[in-house]
Amino acid sequence: MAAAPGWFKSEGQGGSLVLCAGGPWTIDTVGALDPVLRSLSVDGADRAEIDAALITDLDTAGAWLLYRTRRDHAAHGVALPIIGLDSRYAPLIDLVAQADAAHAQTDRPRPNALVALVNRVGRSVCEVAAAGVNLLNFFGMTIMAMARTIIQPRRLRVTALVNQIEQTGLNAMGIVGLLLFLIGVVLAFQGAEQLRRFAAEIFTADGLAVLVLREIGVLIAAILVAGRSGSAFTAEIGMMKVNEEIDALSTIGIDPIEVLVLPRINALLITLPLLTFFADAAALAGGTIMSVATLDVSYTQFARQLADAMSLKNLLIGLVKAPVFAFLIGMVGCYEGLRVTGSAESIGRQTTKSVVESIVLVIIADALFSIVFAALGV
Amino acid sequence: MKDDPIIAVRGLRTQFGDIVIHDNLDLDVLRGEVLGVVGGSGTGKSVLLRTIIGLNRPRAGTIEVLGEDTAAITTVTQRRCGVLFQNGALFSSLTVAENIQVPMREHLRLPRKLLNELAALKIAMVGLPPDAGPKYPAELSGGMRKRAGLARALALDPEILFLDEPTAGLDPIGAAAFDTLIGDLQKSLGLTVFMVTHDLDSLVAICDRIAVLVDKRVRLATMAEHMQDSHPWIREYFHGPRARAALGGKEPGGGH
Repeated sequence: MAAAPGWFKSEGQGGSLVLCAGGPWTIDTVGALDPVLRSLSVDGADRAEIDAALITDLDTAGAWLLYRTRRDHAAHGVALPIIGLDSRYAPLIDLVAQADAAHAQTDRPRPNALVALVNRVGRSVCEVAAAGVNLLNFFGMTIMAMARTIIQPRRLRVTALVNQIEQTGLNAMGIVGLLLFLIGVVLAFQGAEQLRRFAAEIFTADGLAVLVLREIGVLIAAILVAGRSGSAFTAEIGMMKVNEEIDALSTIGIDPIEVLVLPRINALLITLPLLTFFADAAALAGGTIMSVATLDVSYTQFARQLADAMSLKNLLIGLVKAPVFAFLIGMVGCYEGLRVTGSAESIGRQTTKSVVESIVLVIIADALFSIVFAALGV
Repeated sequence: MKDDPIIAVRGLRTQFGDIVIHDNLDLDVLRGEVLGVVGGSGTGKSVLLRTIIGLNRPRAGTIEVLGEDTAAITTVTQRRCGVLFQNGALFSSLTVAENIQVPMREHLRLPRKLLNELAALKIAMVGLPPDAGPKYPAELSGGMRKRAGLARALALDPEILFLDEPTAGLDPIGAAAFDTLIGDLQKSLGLTVFMVTHDLDSLVAICDRIAVLVDKRVRLATMAEHMQDSHPWIREYFHGPRARAALGGKEPGGGH
């Protein structure tokens, strides 16, 4: 606002000092007045007062400045009465004084930066450790719930399960198919480039078959599912947590793990192996089309080479990982959802965590599988 | 107090799809008064509030707030209005003190120390304890969140305060305290208050006039005048058992 600024000046008359305040003292003008008043000194005067007769407009911010000036000087044993203030503004000064008395300002000391850093690091380490323990605990609860449904199959929530299978499996086929097809194209192209130097382009088929079946198919499918479904699990369950729906379930006597977590994890256990198979097929199709287009081979030649290279063993090595990855993604997604507290921001934070954690766990598990398979010699 | 309307609504029509909420609605709010807005569920109390503060576009009609048409609402006008949403609508990623400072930081350049002092002042004014400042909204109870929301609405010392069901979800003692708080602040700050409410006690305690939303219009009158109204809904509302309890046996309109 282009209003005239509020002003403040001191007029000394011998031993007595009159501090004149005038103009609008509102939230718009206090920014300029604040430093002047803070550095105000009435040293050397026997008597001082604030003449507020010329103040044309006052709000709580202006009242606060007047009141604070009087209070701070009173604390140093200097009486600084406010005179001449328009009577309609008197309640404002009282209001501010009351509010201040209720709070007896305590400036809390800022902690030392180094201490704060150590504090934060320590806190994070403890949090990570606690999260590990909690995840293990959750793993146990999930397994128990699974065991209960195996003993009493009627506990299986079929509708929820089918719904989740549709969302996590069927609806994911488009994106999984497209991406794996393109990855197949890229792999075939890069493989052919390298093998051409040895005039062994036809072996692109062997490389493609092994790479896709054992690693790429299942890994990319799992990462896509983690990003697509794991995050959805966290957000859905997190929203229910914020709305206290989870608590409502518990009070009705329904185990939230049984109705919310199990259908999701079970759905992934079913869909991820199927998606992996589909992903393998899409990647091989992409690789085949690329190879035939750029290499000097016919479809039949390439297909025969591919068929020779594909062994049931390689396919199974890929597929056997899928349920493990599915379990990790489903568990982390649901677990992070249940850890949501209170606010909308928390849902976002847990969803990010869920995706990052599940992808990290999937890749770690994949590495462990490679070590185990190497040790077994398969 | 001068009798010039601080909010003037003329011929307002709001409509969602085929459903007409308000039709040819006129409303004047005078400077310095506390206006309570009541009405049955779905009569568009909150919609009216949202339309006046410019969150909904009316289908027809004009709304003037502080002499300016809300169709061309400026930040100057926005700065002179404070709004308390139903659940406080505090920014969940900021502490209470930071929430209160948001409007100040956005519109003004103030020294950091003064910002902190002003935030502490507003926190005290709405009756929150001093340690509420560094807390996040999720750590507060519902009543405290409302108070914090009120503190944010008051951050820039507005001329008009819009309250959307300020006492909903509070216990009776908390609600009464909130009424007293709003009444006190209104008196000492000279605010105009536009309050949507279901709470008959609030109406009795602090409202100067009451706008009843019936038949897509408002009927604006004092409590005593509404008691005489023969419209069935208004009769039911002001003569029902809850109204009698809120009025505590006093018989308004006894001036004749």
